[in-house]
Amino acid sequence: MKGGQGTFEVADQAQLQLKLRLSARRSKVTAFCLVLPLLAFILVTFVLPIGSLLYRSVYNPTVVDVLTETVAALQSWDGDDVPDEPVFAALAVDLVKARQEQTFGPVAAQLNFDLGGMRSLITKSVREIEKTSEGLYKPAFLEIDPRWGETATWAAVRTNSQRYTAAFYVTAVDRRFDSRGQVVLVDEDLRIYINLFVRTIWVSSAITALCLLLGFPIAYLMAAVPTRYSNFLLIAVLLPFWTSLLVRTTSWVVILQREGVINELLIWLGLIGEDGRLALVHNMTGTIVAMAQILLPFMVLPLFSVMKTIPLNYMHAAQSLGASPEKSFLTVYLPNTLPGIGAGSILVFILAIGYYITPELVGGRTGQLIGNFIAYHMQSSLNWGLAGALGSILLAGILALYFVYDRIVGIEKLKLG
Amino acid sequence: MALPPYITPLRRVWHYVFRTLCGLVFLFLAAPLVIIIPLSFNAEPYFVFTEAMMSLDPKGYSLRWYIDFWESQEWMETVQNSFVIAIAATALSTALGTLAALGLSRSSMPSRGLVMAILISPMIIPVVISGAGAFFFYSYVGLTGTKIGIILAHAALGTPFVVITVTATLVGFDSTLIRASASLGANPLQTFFKVIMPLISPGVVSGALFAFVTSFDEVVIVLFMADYDQRTIPIQMWSGIREQLSPTILAVATLLIAASIMVIAMVEMLRRRSERLRGVTPA
Repeated sequence: MKGGQGTFEVADQAQLQLKLRLSARRSKVTAFCLVLPLLAFILVTFVLPIGSLLYRSVYNPTVVDVLTETVAALQSWDGDDVPDEPVFAALAVDLVKARQEQTFGPVAAQLNFDLGGMRSLITKSVREIEKTSEGLYKPAFLEIDPRWGETATWAAVRTNSQRYTAAFYVTAVDRRFDSRGQVVLVDEDLRIYINLFVRTIWVSSAITALCLLLGFPIAYLMAAVPTRYSNFLLIAVLLPFWTSLLVRTTSWVVILQREGVINELLIWLGLIGEDGRLALVHNMTGTIVAMAQILLPFMVLPLFSVMKTIPLNYMHAAQSLGASPEKSFLTVYLPNTLPGIGAGSILVFILAIGYYITPELVGGRTGQLIGNFIAYHMQSSLNWGLAGALGSILLAGILALYFVYDRIVGIEKLKLG
Repeated sequence: MALPPYITPLRRVWHYVFRTLCGLVFLFLAAPLVIIIPLSFNAEPYFVFTEAMMSLDPKGYSLRWYIDFWESQEWMETVQNSFVIAIAATALSTALGTLAALGLSRSSMPSRGLVMAILISPMIIPVVISGAGAFFFYSYVGLTGTKIGIILAHAALGTPFVVITVTATLVGFDSTLIRASASLGANPLQTFFKVIMPLISPGVVSGALFAFVTSFDEVVIVLFMADYDQRTIPIQMWSGIREQLSPTILAVATLLIAASIMVIAMVEMLRRRSERLRGVTPA
């Protein structure tokens, strides 16, 4: 130090500040560099896949790529009447080409998602239109199948005529484009998804409520007993948590089925007769019971970690001041547990609305949730665009809840066991 | 929670009613695990307790389903696949997760909240969504139907657990230890392996166990991405439950329960060790 009596000269001070800033920056960079490998890994192996799901939900190239001419010719169609000869001529060109290149299969499948019967109509037309070598195509197509004379058929083609489309989202909320391009509700017997979303939310709320009802007393007990007992109880809560999901689901099938443990027990007790066996599984009851058990630890753990910090003396103090035990519980203890109730409830709800495996195995037809339909469209119907749209809607809901959770609880407070 | 002497009879009754109710909830939690165990020793190919089993007749019990499992080449292949995938995924997520936790625990970490939210998201987003996304993306890069694809997807699911458990052990970590070690001439690598690692190892191991179990138990991603050659134990159980329910599944389930009891014992041991190491008395 050049400055006498312990004071810095301005130049030294500036240099010191610079050094401090550099060192602060260096430590920032070090911290970030440690996180960077994982961040990059998650972005590539997780965030990009989610992005490709979102992309799929708006990307619909199948029909546009194959029926190129038809789609172009349909641009000027008003939707009131069956299109004119140029559109049919374009369709003939496209179909002949599709037959040569063997590309009509996916087109037929894609159109079939929007209008039942389109698959057979396309396959049939591809086969027969080649025979028409001259003359007008419109009568020829109508000859092959009168459905070419219906506006609904053309509406289905036009719905798929955009490479980037909102059509999958429209389908995901039980609506379709009519021949004029207006969004309308689908027929009553085809409305599935709105009900499904409502059901998923309803079932998840019921499961959350059930978990709270069952989890609150045992979390309270665990917080109230001495540590050596509570450690033992904690292990009892954690054991199911660590056990394979499929194992637990299998057990519920074994317990709840018609020849299962519960029914046998009830018959043995004489409460029901042989023919009065209860249908407890492969329906909504199965879904709710099994999922409540599977998700219960996620309610108990946050509740317990909050309750552990509330001194029981608070209740004693309230009672010594004249409150009844009920009143001291309701006005003193319960409000203190609210952060735990909030954390546990949001966590259970988030996990419940995305469940797929358990409802699939114990839910039967009536206990299916939105996740089951996403999997169905991924694996069986192969309507990937719709799977993408349903998944994206679900994802938006979950991210909103995740955000709320982060605000209320703080994602960093998430603890495991 | 001993009862004070001045308590009224009504409250005394309530106290026991409450305990009984709690007992029933614990029964609800544990019953599914307990019931499956004796059934896996069933001598008959049924999912119910037979007369012979109820009367504790030794003839009602057998190990045939365990032998069935052991001798089935199909099952053994799934066991092998499960272990290969889970071990590789665990190694990947533990290494990346531990490094990231070290960075996240530093006070100088920029925009920690956002980064943390991204890193934890694989745990929150339902597997049916990430599985669908994984199918689209990995088939685009040609990794569906390969073990590598499944390993990468599973590793992504496992990392949040490692980040959370290691971050938890780093709470209250005395960062002057790092400076002390540096001032005594250790390079950063030596510091990491000789000073940091011994202190955080309980968190690392329990995070690794979480990651292992996550991969070992995962169904949806494998279902969407795997071919026949990459079938894992859960997939084999899944198709068994849906198609032909064979008690072999119960034998496998019992083995898995035994494994989870071992895992939980290990985690509990590690937790206590970590608390001892960090000088935190159990709450």
